[in-house]
Formats: sequence, C-alpha cells, structure tokens
Amino acid sequence: MVGSGLRIFNAYPAFARKGEQFCCWPWEHKPIPNALTFGGWLGGARHWHFGLMWVLVVNGLVYLAFIYLHGEWRDLVPRRGDARDALEMIRFYLFVRPSHPMQGKHNAMQKTTYFLLPILAIVQVLTGLAIWKPVQLAWLTALFGGFVWARYWHFMTMVALIVLSFAHIFMVFAVDPYSIQSMVTGGYREDLSPEARNARPFYHLLPRWRNRAAEGE
Amino acid sequence: MDRRKFLSAGGVSLTAVFLAACGLDRSERSQKLLDLAERKNEGVERTLYRHASMDHAKSSAKLAGMAFPSYFVSQTVPVWDERVRGPWALEVSGLVQRPMRFSLEDLRRLPMRRQRVNHYCVEGWNAVAIWEGVRLSDLARVVGVKSDSGYVDFQSFDDNYHESWDIESAMHPQTLVAYGMDDHMLGMAHGAPARVHSPVKLGYKNTKYLTKIVFLPQRNGGYWSDQGYEWYGGT
Repeated sequence: MVGSGLRIFNAYPAFARKGEQFCCWPWEHKPIPNALTFGGWLGGARHWHFGLMWVLVVNGLVYLAFIYLHGEWRDLVPRRGDARDALEMIRFYLFVRPSHPMQGKHNAMQKTTYFLLPILAIVQVLTGLAIWKPVQLAWLTALFGGFVWARYWHFMTMVALIVLSFAHIFMVFAVDPYSIQSMVTGGYREDLSPEARNARPFYHLLPRWRNRAAEGE
Repeated sequence: MDRRKFLSAGGVSLTAVFLAACGLDRSERSQKLLDLAERKNEGVERTLYRHASMDHAKSSAKLAGMAFPSYFVSQTVPVWDERVRGPWALEVSGLVQRPMRFSLEDLRRLPMRRQRVNHYCVEGWNAVAIWEGVRLSDLARVVGVKSDSGYVDFQSFDDNYHESWDIESAMHPQTLVAYGMDDHMLGMAHGAPARVHSPVKLGYKNTKYLTKIVFLPQRNGGYWSDQGYEWYGGT
C-alpha cells in the first residue's frame, strides 16, 4: 500500500491546488526516491493500490472484530493516569528513574501506540475514500477539509503509521525479544517480561539472576 | 481452526505475499487479480454514483488560470484548420433518433450552463476553473438518445484521442460540452473549440478538441484506458 501510494504521489509530488501555494509541506515538487515505490508506473500503482485496499480493509475488520469479541480492546483503551504512566516510562528509559514502572499487559506508551494504530488505519481508509471519490463522497472529502487537505492527511497518516510501526518493531527487538516467541506460539513468561527484567532498550535483555535463583537453577 | 493450522495457513499466505512483492508487480498472475479488483471497484463506483452528488469548488480556492495544465497527445497543439477541414462541427450520432451536427453557434443557442468546479487529474492534482457550455444531458434530449444506449464515446481531432463513458456519468448535470473557460472562449491549449468537462470523471476521461459524440450499446475503451489506466475513472 505504501509503495504504490508513494508511486502515485510521485505523479504529482506536491499538495498545492494548481495556481496556489501549499502552506504545510516543505518538500513540494520533490519526488520520493523510486526505489521506495511499487507498481512501476502511475497506472500500475493505482491498480495495486485499489486492489490492496480491500486486503487492508478486510484485515482491519477481522482485527477489530477479534479484539472486540475477545474483549482485548479493554487492554488498549486509554485510562486516567496513562499520561503520567507514559511520562514515568520515559523517565525510566532516560535512567532518571531506576525501576520499571508497574504496568498491566502493556506499558502506557505501548498501549497508546496500539490504541492509535487502528484509529490511524481507519483515518487512512477514510481519507483514501475521500480522495478516491471526491464528488460522489463529497461530504467525506469536506469533512477532511476538501480534496487538497484530504490528500495531505492521507499522506501524513501514512507517515504516522510507518513511524509507529517501526517504533513498535524496534522496541520488540530492543526491550522485549521474548515476546517474539509468544507471538508465534502463544503464552507469555511473565518472569521474562521487561518489567521483570527491569529492561530498557538494549539493557537487561537477559533474565535476572535473581529470578533464575528463585526458580532453583 | 486450531493454532497450528492457522499458523501454517498464515505462513503459506505470507510466503505468497512476499513472492508477489518480489518484482512480480507486472506478472501475468498478479495482473489477473488486479483486473478482477478493477472490475469489482467499477461495480462499487457505479453503485456509489448519484446524479445528485455535485462538485463544489471551495469558495476560498483560487482559479488555476494560467496554471491550469494543458495536455494533448499530438506533437503540437491541435488546431482545427478551417481551410483544410472546413468549418468545425460537433457530430452527435450512434443510438439516437436524430443524428445531428452542431456548429459552435448552434451549441451557443442551447441553454448555457456556467459552473465553477474542480478538475481532478489522475496524477493527484486538482484545479479550479469556471466552465461554460451545454449540458450533455440537454444535447442528448435534442438528438433523442435511445434507451438501449448505455455508453458514450467522446472523440477528438487530437490524433486518435477518445474516451468512452458510462451513460450515467455522461448525463450528470455537471457534465458539459464546454466552449468557455474562466469567462473567455475556450483556448487552444484547453481543447478549443469545444471539449468535454465534468468533475465526475478524472481529467483523462474529459476529451478535448471534441469532434464526435457517439452513443453506443457497449463501451469503447479510450486512449488512456487502453494503455492501462482505469476505464471508469470516476471521482
């Protein structure tokens, strides 16, 4: 989706309506490097984009249905104190605070990311519809501030999704590599959690000796 | 489905996705899937289509004016040379009761519609202009379009440029045979003496340098749609 979208963007790598300037993009008329694009040419990329969008939508609906039916959405909704907890996580990662904050299934920053991702994906689909059908769905396009702004939000939401996704993947390897095993096989060993290991990015990746001793090793 | 089956199915489909992504973006098999998606998307777009859905250019938007891009496929700007080709006329024919030829004066005598709308290009830009012309639905009434006509082909004197449309989009109240732009005569760069203009289709569907409008029982492709852009190209 991203690669074909960038290929489409490159056909007009700017946001300004013809005859106007656009305020909020410093790289107007600077194309994305072709190596990052997919689909070969504008028409091809459009076909890929309009084909894969259904995969994205179906995938998203399955995900939302799953977390709703399994009640797992409860682990993701924002709660009072999240902002404070997120600040504590930052203090911990910056070595200001020595011990890992208490957390539930996810830490506060992580939870906020997982809460934002599906919302951003929904915005991504809606802004996409708004620029695909700016006349037949004119109300939707107007909701995002018109065609130019809807196209801008479609682009910026993609950037946000990529940043959060890469941050997520980075953190998996940097603080909680043990979760890869549980993603594949299920189950999660609480004694290996970042909280139990007091783990910062690249710190305390190994289980604590204390925990091993407790297990009788 | 248990976890093991789910994982193996997931693994197979993931492998398929990676294979598809590895430079196979122009392979025949993926092309078949993309063609299917295009057909399904056309169905979705035709279901979404409403005559009453109108384009309104934002009141704060500037007219593109000189910045309005002008594309043509000939080597040089197509110009209708009266000494060679005789006086220009727009031929309306096909599945109609009274095939007719309209001079520019004939078109001007029909009810004039003036609209300030967006032009949506397949490349992603839009441009605002004021268009003056005859509603295609008014022209259709004059010639008496037959009920079995489901498509319209717009042909030009810009080489062999043409694009065919579904009749619903052609009969949209904002679909014009335009002869004026920004309160001037249509310029040579923008399709003089007359062109199709409608916000309900992407720019390439809006044939410039118009010569013939043919009502058809089936679609007839188009210059860009034959080269791989979506045939429907609706907005």
